[in-house]
Amino acid sequence: MKKTVFFGTLTAAGLAAGLASAATLDDVKARGELVCGVNPGLTGFAAPDANGTWTGFDISLCRAVAAAVLGDGTKVRFVPTTAETRFTALASGEIDMLARNSTWTFSRDTDLALDFAGVNYYDGQGFMVNKALGVTSAKELDGATICIQTGTTTELNLADYFAINNMSYTPVAIQSNAEGEQQYLAGACDAYTTDASGLAATRAAFATPSDHIILPEIISKEPLGPATRQGDSQWNDIVRWTLNALVAAEEYGVTSANIEELATNSQNPEVKRLLGTENNLGAMIGLDADWAKRAISVGGNYGEIFSATIGESTPIGLARGLNAQWTQGGLLYAPPFR
Amino acid sequence: MSDTDAQSVFFMRDTMLPQVPPPAGQSGPVRWLRENLFSGWFNTILTICGLIALYFLLRGLLPWFAHSVWTADTLSECRQIIAAKWGPDATGACFAVVRERWTQWLFGFYPRHLYWRPVLTLVLMFVAMAPVLFPGVPRKLMIFSAIYPFLGFWLLWGGSAWVPLGGMAGFVLGYIAWRVLRENRPLVGILVAVVIALLWWLLLAGPVIDLFRSIAPLAIESVRSDRFGGFVLSLTIGVAAIAISLPLGIALALGRQSDMFLIKTLSVGFIEFIRGVPLITLLFTASLLLNYFLPPGTNFDIILRVIIMVSLFAAAYIAEVIRGGLAALPRGQYEAADSLGLDYFQAQRLIVLPQALKISIPGIVSVFIGLFKDTTLVIFVGLLDPLKGITDAVRASIDWKGIYWEPYIFVGSIFFLFCFGMSRYSMYLERRLKRDHR
Repeated sequence: MKKTVFFGTLTAAGLAAGLASAATLDDVKARGELVCGVNPGLTGFAAPDANGTWTGFDISLCRAVAAAVLGDGTKVRFVPTTAETRFTALASGEIDMLARNSTWTFSRDTDLALDFAGVNYYDGQGFMVNKALGVTSAKELDGATICIQTGTTTELNLADYFAINNMSYTPVAIQSNAEGEQQYLAGACDAYTTDASGLAATRAAFATPSDHIILPEIISKEPLGPATRQGDSQWNDIVRWTLNALVAAEEYGVTSANIEELATNSQNPEVKRLLGTENNLGAMIGLDADWAKRAISVGGNYGEIFSATIGESTPIGLARGLNAQWTQGGLLYAPPFR
Repeated sequence: MSDTDAQSVFFMRDTMLPQVPPPAGQSGPVRWLRENLFSGWFNTILTICGLIALYFLLRGLLPWFAHSVWTADTLSECRQIIAAKWGPDATGACFAVVRERWTQWLFGFYPRHLYWRPVLTLVLMFVAMAPVLFPGVPRKLMIFSAIYPFLGFWLLWGGSAWVPLGGMAGFVLGYIAWRVLRENRPLVGILVAVVIALLWWLLLAGPVIDLFRSIAPLAIESVRSDRFGGFVLSLTIGVAAIAISLPLGIALALGRQSDMFLIKTLSVGFIEFIRGVPLITLLFTASLLLNYFLPPGTNFDIILRVIIMVSLFAAAYIAEVIRGGLAALPRGQYEAADSLGLDYFQAQRLIVLPQALKISIPGIVSVFIGLFKDTTLVIFVGLLDPLKGITDAVRASIDWKGIYWEPYIFVGSIFFLFCFGMSRYSMYLERRLKRDHR
């Protein structure tokens, strides 16, 4: 009898926990801050500066969501997560959203109880080799030793790619990007493989970047995007449409500089709906009319964020490539705000 | 026979030879070398091999250290300076990163204008530890040692002073209850004291603290846990865990020896469970699994959770170390205590534990040193430890991307200082305690 009561209470507590945590929006509003899981240090994407202020491409998305929901882009607590613990941290409620250059895959979206909320960076896996090796294509890497980060999709892609091409390789498991660079420079592996964006940043930081080449093959699709807990579609909508608002703002020419002006006298109905001067779209996701305007004001539109954190004017120097607007030959395509 | 004498007189020495220093091969460094490094062919070969290894090691390391750059803004600037000064192929350490970011390794992201608070906490920690560690210090300082945990908490996290005072009040109330009851019923006294303290913390402390806060806030600027990092974080967790785990470990060791079935079983179960599980598992439990069970919206501070887990972990190991000390005591000591008419607690306090703890000192200090170094594992639960957390954060800035050994050397040296200090203290303590028995 006592046991039954005990288990009953436990179940009730568990159910209550499940029900209550379903409304992440309410939790965030009650707490007054957004808890965002991020990479503890990925150049250009997420890193704290000397004063402890986090900056980067993924960070900007967290700040935009915080601005949309709470009205202040600084009301974010950033929780560094490792590659292994990131999804558990999200599922357990330790963080509200995950913006940690995580690849959107079938099993992660379905089996791991996550909901991806779009793609904020289209990446792909590449290889870097020493020029002295004389390799010009990834197809010539048969029998090579390759440095690879564990717990990521790159590990699986590598196995797939070598299996398809009937080649063999010896993996050298590494824990972090810094360790990978060190192993690669020390000659522990012939090639270093990770997302192309990471390779570019890594190569730029070498003492002699010209001694190393990034092979032309991109062997995988790595759509990196923010994720939320499964079963809370309202919260997922907020993150998804905040990202879409940033992308759409670039398409319509809304920047952090002209947003105030456009909010008052733009004649474009799409811009008006986006900035909340016509129709109240925000109410449909539990926010007010100005939500997108605030989100865009924090760090500018997608293009502004890109060029400020990882674009060609920064030392990382990534080209827009796939991450250009669909009108420019890229893949960024925000659904209509209507 | 006299002939013999006459002969010997002829050869009699009339002048003393001056004293001559021993042959070159039998004195000074040469002799030391011959005896220690080149005694026999096997040792000679070993010595030569060792020298060759040392040569190659130093040939790589010495220029690297000699070419160190201490003033630069970026890694590439470091490389330029080294190339300009020592030639294009020279390698050199870029300790400029330490010079520019050392505050981050020490304080994490603790607000810059409040750095004095962790520093003061550290200085006061030594004051609080002095009466415990050294015999010549006035005993009255023990009062400060008792207050220190609450003072340290208040200084580090800030906020209203009523919170730590409220926490302290629980202990004071429990102590008073125990003082009143201990004469007649010592066991009941302990029980009542614990219950009163718990009731205070769970039910009364909150409203009372709020009341006092509304009268006079007594607050200093509060610092959130996610601003903690680097050695402030490591030391906070390490010192708190050491302070909690020692008494807990003693209690567990005694519990394991107890005749009472329940206490013995609980102690054995606890110790064996904790020792059978890796620390990382416990940390994951604290940070991730616990959230599933706690009511949503509870804000259970992550550093506090980690401190609890690390303390429990260390306590299990200390319990076993102390059990070794207890087992090493001759049976006669226990019997002597009984024959003096001491009760259980008096016997433990006056006779058994002082000797058992003395035997266990090296083991206990080893556990503490291991615990302090294990604090770097908190990186796995999203806290920025000095070794990897802060280092990775610094490396992620494009200015210092690609730097590898220098941060590790810096952080490693600081860890060495602390651990070496602890180990020297334990040797001092052993010598001091041994003197009584000569």
